[in-house]
Amino acid sequence: MSITWYIVLSGFIFAIGAAGVMTRRNPLVILLCLELMLNAGNLALIGFSKMWGNGDGQVFALIVMVVAACEVTVGLGLIVALYRRRVPIDVDEVSELRG
Amino acid sequence: LRELLFFLAAFGAIGGALAVVLVRNPFFSVLSLVIHLFALATLFLLLNAEFIAAAQIVVYAGAVMVLYVFVVAYIGGVKEAPPLRGESSAIGTTGVIFAAGLVVIVTIAVVGTSLTAIDTEGAKVGIGFGSPGAIGELLLRKFLVPFEAASILLTVAAVGAVVLARKRRGLPDEEGGRPSVPGTPAGASPAPESELLGGPEAEPKPLPAGTAEAPGDPVPDRGA
Repeated sequence: MSITWYIVLSGFIFAIGAAGVMTRRNPLVILLCLELMLNAGNLALIGFSKMWGNGDGQVFALIVMVVAACEVTVGLGLIVALYRRRVPIDVDEVSELRG
Repeated sequence: LRELLFFLAAFGAIGGALAVVLVRNPFFSVLSLVIHLFALATLFLLLNAEFIAAAQIVVYAGAVMVLYVFVVAYIGGVKEAPPLRGESSAIGTTGVIFAAGLVVIVTIAVVGTSLTAIDTEGAKVGIGFGSPGAIGELLLRKFLVPFEAASILLTVAAVGAVVLARKRRGLPDEEGGRPSVPGTPAGASPAPESELLGGPEAEPKPLPAGTAEAPGDPVPDRGA
C-alpha cells in the first residue's frame, strides 16, 4: 500500500472527529472525538515516518500520546467537578465560565 | 495480504470513528473508540511501528479507556438533549458540511502534493526500525528535552486532575465556603481515585437491598 492511502485515511478520521466536536454536546463525547483527531494525527506522523524511513515521526507520535493522556486526565477531572456541582453535563450549559 | 489487512483495519477505524460520533449513549461511544484504537494499532503494525502499536493498545485501549469507562459509570447515562431543535440541527448540518470540506481539502493536498515518495510504499527500513530499542535510543539521545518535558507535563496533569476532582467537603449549591478542606489535607488528595472507584459502587448498593433479592446480602457479611 502506498503511503497516500494512509494519509487519506487519517484525513477521513480527522474530519469525522472534527464533525463530532462540532456537533455533539456531551463533553465526554467531545473528549472522545478529540482523541479521534489526535489519533488521526498520529497515523499521519507514522505514515510519514515510514515514508522517510526515519524514526523521528514515531517519537513524535509517542509524545502526542502523552499529551493526549494529560488532556484526558484534566478533561475528565473537569467533568467530574461539573457533576459534583450539579451542573448539567452539557457544553451549552457551561459556556459562561461562571459558577 | 497487506492490502487485505489494510482495508480491514481501515474499515474498522472509520466505522469505529463514525460510531463514536453517531451513537447516542456515551458508554457505547467509548466502546467503539476501543474498536477504533485496535484497528489503528493494526495500521501502525503495517507501517513498521511495532512499539507504537503496543503502546497504543496498552496505554490507550487499556488505561485511558478504563478511565473513560469509570467516569461514564460515575456520571451515569446522561441523556443528551434531543439533538434536533431548530438551531442545533443547523449546527449539525454546518458541522457535517465543514467536515466534508475538510476531507476534500486534505485529499486534494495529499494527492496534489509534490512529495514523490508518497506514492511508494516508503523507504526500505532495517529490521529494528520501530523496535523499542530504536525508539528508546532516539528518545534518550536526540529527543531528550521533549522526553523530559513530557514527563513534567504528565506530573502537572496528574496533580491538576487531583486538584480538580477533589472532594470539597460540605459543598454547597453555590460557591460559598469550602469549610473543612484545610482540616484534612492528607485525606483530600487520594480522594478522587477512591471515589471514581467507589462512586458507582456505592450508589447502587441501597437499591438491591431495598428492592428485591438481597435482604441478607450485606448485613450478615458484616456480622460474620
